[in-house]
Amino acid sequence: MTTLCFTPNLLRHVKTPTAHVVGSTVRQALEGYFRANPRVRGYVLDDQGALRQHVAIFLNQELIHDRINLSDSVREHDDIFVVQALSGG
Amino acid sequence: MSNRLIVGTRKGLFRIERTGTGNWDVTQTWFLGDPVSMLLPEPGGLRLHAALDLGHFGVKMQRSDDGGATWSEAPVPAFPPKPEGIEDKDPMRGLDVPWSTQLIWALEAGGPGEIWCGVVPGGLFQSIDGGESWALVRPLWDDPRRKKWMGGGYDFAGIHSILVDPRDPAHVTVAVSVGGVWTTRDGGAHWELIGSGLRNAYMPPEMAGDPLTQDCHRVVCCGASPDRLWMQHHNGIFRSDDGGENWHELSDVPPSSFGFAVTVHPKDPDTAWFVPAAKDEQRIPVDARLVVTRTRDGGQHFEVLHRGLPSEPAYDLVYRHALDVASDGERLAFGSTTGSFWVSEDQGESWQTVSNHLPPVLCVRFEE
Repeated sequence: MTTLCFTPNLLRHVKTPTAHVVGSTVRQALEGYFRANPRVRGYVLDDQGALRQHVAIFLNQELIHDRINLSDSVREHDDIFVVQALSGG
Repeated sequence: MSNRLIVGTRKGLFRIERTGTGNWDVTQTWFLGDPVSMLLPEPGGLRLHAALDLGHFGVKMQRSDDGGATWSEAPVPAFPPKPEGIEDKDPMRGLDVPWSTQLIWALEAGGPGEIWCGVVPGGLFQSIDGGESWALVRPLWDDPRRKKWMGGGYDFAGIHSILVDPRDPAHVTVAVSVGGVWTTRDGGAHWELIGSGLRNAYMPPEMAGDPLTQDCHRVVCCGASPDRLWMQHHNGIFRSDDGGENWHELSDVPPSSFGFAVTVHPKDPDTAWFVPAAKDEQRIPVDARLVVTRTRDGGQHFEVLHRGLPSEPAYDLVYRHALDVASDGERLAFGSTTGSFWVSEDQGESWQTVSNHLPPVLCVRFEE
């Protein structure tokens, strides 16, 4: 299973427990997480389901390429880390 | 008579209250560190709505049903999916208009259970269940003229003023930076662009009177006389006597007719207050002297009020939502970008400094 964890900066606003998720893309992995933690969605994705402008996702220490559709492939035992970009001020 | 205020700032929400000695003090704080872009205290004093702008993590709504003792996260006005293939670009810069709420810039109560919400990038949302759910007002968003709205202060257009007619809550008027004044008389199903007599000086001269390109900084209406509207516009101060259809420009207002904030006496449509600034190239008090201007005769004359305001040079700017008047028309309050805050108990004749050390003040609301 893929491990999904979040920047601790989010904990001021919403609980984001680290979880093991399934899915073959970043989108699928996140959607599985949001089903169990629905409040987290709006903190990570915008109204159209794209990654928020000043949020970044690392997949095994590499930034994902597709910030709109989140189509980057995920394999079992990958690590996904959701962080806030420093560009947001 | 209101004895307390809520104040949204760049770094949290503050309550300011009148104490037994007659001083106004900060008595409570919430959401410290988070920008609070807009507030709505519902009549009755218990239910409060606060819009947070969490930057990285988007806009959020918080609601209290017990006067601020406890808060909980509430649904956010969100845009529907953008249809495939639709072109929706900012006309000035050619950038895609995001179908995503970037800033909550207006919140007003309508009929029972009804709340209107204006946002950047130009959406108007309506809730008919007290904020439990929101719907984008599609007839306004889908009007082809909406695509000519431009950013004013922010990268994309925003609705900052929502006027609900107390005689008829289906009659709603909104003002847009930059996109003029729009009104509906059927609760949002149909919209009319109004604003004859407004004038801009930032477009090509032949477009000066185009209602669609007017940068209304803030529009307010008198509760007791809802056809009387006051506007602080990018290019001056305007008054309407017919609900915004036609406007009269008031020139030669000392020390400047530029500014953002305006508020009107709730019972006397001829009395309104402004906080002027050196015009748009500078946006600081004229000659570094912070004053409030007031008219009591519908704009024929303006008084410059400064008793209790800084005697030393001051560089405070007052944002469009950062000046408010209480329902009695006697008490006023405003806060500035430099974190100063003042209250008046005599219609602005004199001012008491509450603090010079708040975060930049974004919005001010008396609690009734």
